[in-house]
Amino acid sequence: MPTQCLDILNTPAACLISSGIDPGLAEFIGILLGVLAVSIAPLVIVIGLIWVERKFAARVQDRIGPNRVGPLGLLQTVADALKLITKEDITPAGADRLIFNLAPIVAVTSVVLMWAVIPFSPYHVGVDLSIGVLYVAAVGSIGTLAIMMAGWSSNNKYALLGAFRVVAQLVSYEVPMVLALLIPVLLAGSMSIQEIVNSQRGMWFFFFSPIAAILLFISTQAEAGRAPFDLIEAESELVAGYNIEYSGMKFGLFFAGEFVHVLTNGLMLALLFFGGWVGPFVDDAPLLGVVYLFAKGAVFYVFSLLLRNALPRVRIDQMLAFNWKFLVPVAIVNLIVTAGLWMVVRQLGIAPGAGFENDFLANVPAAAIMFAGHLLLGGIIMTMVRNAGRRQRAKDTTTTALTVADDQKMVTAQ
Amino acid sequence: MLELNPQTIAFFIFAVFGLGGALGLVTTRNLIHSALYLILSLFGGAGFFVLLSAPFLAAVQVLVYIGAIAILFIFAVMLTRGMTRLKEVVNRQWWASAAVGAILFALLLTGVILPVWGDGGTNPNQPPTDLVATTEDLGVALVDGNQYVLPFLVSSLLLTGAMIGAIVVARDQEVS
Repeated sequence: MPTQCLDILNTPAACLISSGIDPGLAEFIGILLGVLAVSIAPLVIVIGLIWVERKFAARVQDRIGPNRVGPLGLLQTVADALKLITKEDITPAGADRLIFNLAPIVAVTSVVLMWAVIPFSPYHVGVDLSIGVLYVAAVGSIGTLAIMMAGWSSNNKYALLGAFRVVAQLVSYEVPMVLALLIPVLLAGSMSIQEIVNSQRGMWFFFFSPIAAILLFISTQAEAGRAPFDLIEAESELVAGYNIEYSGMKFGLFFAGEFVHVLTNGLMLALLFFGGWVGPFVDDAPLLGVVYLFAKGAVFYVFSLLLRNALPRVRIDQMLAFNWKFLVPVAIVNLIVTAGLWMVVRQLGIAPGAGFENDFLANVPAAAIMFAGHLLLGGIIMTMVRNAGRRQRAKDTTTTALTVADDQKMVTAQ
Repeated sequence: MLELNPQTIAFFIFAVFGLGGALGLVTTRNLIHSALYLILSLFGGAGFFVLLSAPFLAAVQVLVYIGAIAILFIFAVMLTRGMTRLKEVVNRQWWASAAVGAILFALLLTGVILPVWGDGGTNPNQPPTDLVATTEDLGVALVDGNQYVLPFLVSSLLLTGAMIGAIVVARDQEVS
């Protein structure tokens, strides 16, 4: 908490104290404002996100998208939200009433709680926990619980099937996600997200470990249950998945949670690998950091939308094989290689010395070596994948050829 | 003696979570409800870790116990749907578990709580520890040759062994 009054926008608590209010009260007002902003912002932003998502999906599918309510259909989501609120609140007979009603709240809470540790600017952060990165992973894992609760309490076989898939998917993809989260922690030497962002003033961590950033993107895409990993609500197989029995605003809450989760993942990627609020003039006008952070996060959000609309859904065995046979080994090797390279760079004295950490040019040699090392690692991984694919294809064609030959033999024998 | 500050209030809330969750866990007949009560109880434990200035342990408690172990419990219970509606609250070994619970409680009470309880504790000279361990200390302790590197490696080996065993058991017999 800054103790000096710079201006009322950036240091409200300190400024209130200097204007003569009781320090305890000023602190309380500062924290209250922060809590309100952090808890309300995601739920307001989601209204815009749904419009972006629908417009974007429409463009990918050669449609126009929402265009009736308001200019460019901007008010469509507001109308939809009003409709959801006014709908009848149905709890199916045979449902476990308490758990059924609790599940959507837990789902949204687990996502909104993540916003508590997101630093929006050098001064604007809900709370700068010393274990920020771990907190994000821990709170995110509660989302799994919400989907299990929803799936079981609905007393519906499709919902239960959706809940079964959740365990397979979300718990598995937590492994590469946490291994990728370890990289910025290792590079910054701290788990505090604010600290991690501060260490990227000279150079984004993306250039130190691009593979980790890609791993984090893929695994968070799966954690949010987005295509190509949307097996938990595979419409063509499960009708709707875990939320099949939900209607009205309870259904809306699940979807709000999902949309906010995707944006949060984009923000986390921006914070941990792309410098978060770091940008030009951010020290003079800290609120610019909010713009930078959301601009960076929006890029990954749109990229996630593109993937969602462009890729088909994978099968469950493919999804698990992709995780355990590809992502997890790559994440472990990447962790070892990054730690090794980082050690080498520091031992050789290529890393910027004390006082030069924030200088871009001083960071270039170290980043160049790390980036080259990761390009090499990525090349090796891709070559291995290509060779494995070729072997598999060769095996497939020979077995097919054999079966065809067998069939012909059978025919001639007859 | 007991002053009412935010920390005391938080302590009582977490105590209600922890004890209430534990009580619900053993009294309800619905196994899914039991697992959810267990999560509530574990959450109370995580809250205590926060109050004891051990945020790392709190996060690990949520991540590992709630995020993984409790979820696997629920998953296992869901797969055995006949188990979700039990007839009786207690089974035949209830007296054994009650005895174990009582003995454990007595041991904790005499060994941990009584020595530091109030001014009339059996060991009033023992000062409250001023040791503040950070996550960094914990990490160093796990890999330091003079501290816990051996237990750490042994437990890692045990887990690896368990994992290999599980894979062998689950392996398809036809694959040679």
